[in-house]
Amino acid sequence: MKRTRKKTMSKTIVNVVLAFICLIWLIPTVGLLVSSFRPAVDILQTGWWTVFPHRDYVAQSTITLPKETDLRQPIEVNGEVFDDDQLRSGVTALDGSRLIWENRRARTIQVQQPDWKVNSNFTLDNYNGVLTGKTFEIMQSDGTVRAQKGEGLSKAFLNTLVVTIPSTIIPILIATFAAYAFAWLRFPLRRSMFVAVIMMLVVPLQVALIPILKDYTALGLNGSYLGIWIAHTGFGLPLTIYFMYTFISQLPKDLFESAFMDGASNFTIFTRLILPLSVPAIASIGIFQFLWVWNDYLVSLVFIGSQPDVQVMSMRIAAMVGSRGSDWHLLTAAAFVSMLMPLTVFFALQKYFVRGLLGGSVKG
Amino acid sequence: MLASTPKTSKSRNVAVTLAVVLVNAILHSGIYLFLRDTNLPSVLYALLAIIWGVLGVYSIYWSFNWAVEQYPDIWKRRIQPFIFVGPAALLLGWLLLIPTLRTLYMSLMDAGTEKFVGLSNYAAIFTNRLLLTALRNNLIWVAFGATACICLGLLIAVLADRSSFEKLAKGIIFMPMAISFVAAGVIWKFIYFYKPGDEQIGLLNAIVVAFGGEPQAFTSMLQPWNNLFLVAILIWMQTGFAMVLFSAALKGVPEDMLEAARIDGAGEIRIFRSIIIPAISGTILSVSTTIVVFTLKIFDVVMVMTGGQYDTEVVATQFYRQFFMYRNAGYGSTLAIVLLIAVIPVIIINLRQFRKQGGF
Repeated sequence: MKRTRKKTMSKTIVNVVLAFICLIWLIPTVGLLVSSFRPAVDILQTGWWTVFPHRDYVAQSTITLPKETDLRQPIEVNGEVFDDDQLRSGVTALDGSRLIWENRRARTIQVQQPDWKVNSNFTLDNYNGVLTGKTFEIMQSDGTVRAQKGEGLSKAFLNTLVVTIPSTIIPILIATFAAYAFAWLRFPLRRSMFVAVIMMLVVPLQVALIPILKDYTALGLNGSYLGIWIAHTGFGLPLTIYFMYTFISQLPKDLFESAFMDGASNFTIFTRLILPLSVPAIASIGIFQFLWVWNDYLVSLVFIGSQPDVQVMSMRIAAMVGSRGSDWHLLTAAAFVSMLMPLTVFFALQKYFVRGLLGGSVKG
Repeated sequence: MLASTPKTSKSRNVAVTLAVVLVNAILHSGIYLFLRDTNLPSVLYALLAIIWGVLGVYSIYWSFNWAVEQYPDIWKRRIQPFIFVGPAALLLGWLLLIPTLRTLYMSLMDAGTEKFVGLSNYAAIFTNRLLLTALRNNLIWVAFGATACICLGLLIAVLADRSSFEKLAKGIIFMPMAISFVAAGVIWKFIYFYKPGDEQIGLLNAIVVAFGGEPQAFTSMLQPWNNLFLVAILIWMQTGFAMVLFSAALKGVPEDMLEAARIDGAGEIRIFRSIIIPAISGTILSVSTTIVVFTLKIFDVVMVMTGGQYDTEVVATQFYRQFFMYRNAGYGSTLAIVLLIAVIPVIIINLRQFRKQGGF
């Protein structure tokens, strides 16, 4: 009896602690998602968490001062005297209400009372803004309107797809061929070649960038899709070969022998037997390679450089962080657009993703 | 069966097989040139490029294999493995092996890679203040980032194993793995956002202000602590990786062993220390290896968050800057080699592990 109660107690503690950790892990992404739907002017003035009910000052009425009020002199409002600085940051009047400039130029003051409040302005404008290249207008906090050119991210989205799909399929195809040879064919240097593959698993790719860039410049491959496919293929191969090898080498030997007896060639065995049998392994390593290429920044930065037609999303967003540092309405929407694909893949294929992780790192 | 055919047919065979391989090559380079110079609508272009890329690779294998099958069995058996493994070997040689050697060579040359300067680049790296900062920061990343990922990952795996919502919790912790570092950079830049005054839109400063503190510019002012605020991003993203692997390893610890220890009166912490930890030590090693290598190469986070300013430079960003901005190929290469040297112990551990698992 005592023991069960103790057990329930500890289970509750475990659940509470874990829920707390999960909350911390979720908050950054939730904040981004909420912000990406808020109007520009709201984002810059209030935190995204104000979309939840909270106590705040809520506008009650507006006092219009005479047009000729001198802001450098003390300002009289309802029999009390304040100065401009106080009204800028908000000041509490004797009756408990808060006074703050509503429009300083038009000399209007807002009277606020504390109350429950929800900031529930949501908009799709931010997504329109980043996806299209059109010019659109945004309201600013002082009531003026500013024209702003969009980002045209949809082109970059397409580029990222063109870079990512072949960069996922090609290395897996090449690696599966190689893994089959390593696992089931006999040829000279087989062992040392495979050891080299294992060693390359951890070689930092920075080591390879400069010489490859020189070759690419000589071959005219810089800034082309082909060049970036080749680069991603090369960098993805060690892990993919290793992963496919561990899978293919564990397939039953009789399978091949009977096929051989029937006169099938290696190529036939490969396309008719190995590829179909490897689908689960290909799926899990494929998700990995896909996410890796989709999320890559360094390789694109080096091999695509400043070619605007071919730029992928990670480059565009990184550039936006530099050039539009506090346009949070655009940054958050752009970041979420870039996360859309990986998150979809992640939630749809989570099972395979995890299996890929387990196969690659803790075999045996 | 072809071995008995007369000599003339043999030479015709060679001609035909060469022709097939050549036609294939010409066809694909032709399509490549067409795609490169054409001006199609982008969706159509994208589609064609993808089809060309993927089918092209397959048809290269197919044509070579077809060619070799026209020859006698003895040759076929000798050459075929190289057709299977050849493209992979060529690509790895071109893109990883030879570049490593070339970078090693370039690290002994001056900025324009014209004059041989011996080890002076290495000497410069260990005396230049900027580069030393980069090395120190990499150390901070590994010491705090990797350690935290591993410890937190283990803790969460243990907690999730005993909780009532294991799947959901693991999904939440694991999710950041799917987000790019660039997007994560935006997310966290917003959290760390700083503006003077009481009304904060960045979460962290809002919390600081709510507790009566002064808002801080976390990533740009508080040196050298700002590095730790960047490391937090790595922890957020990589803990899920460690957790998944630890969680799988924990499931492999035999239940009856734990039960026996409990009956003997061992506390949970004691069980954790003397049974669970030894049982999953292999996983701990391989997870640590992967995360340490990953952390050494860290680039995107620093680039997006601070661009390496305010003393947050790491080796990988310095490498990029030296090579692409200061046009100093010598320093750039040397930094890349320093990274390589740093992972050599990891390579050795990897190989030893591979041999232990039976390898070949």
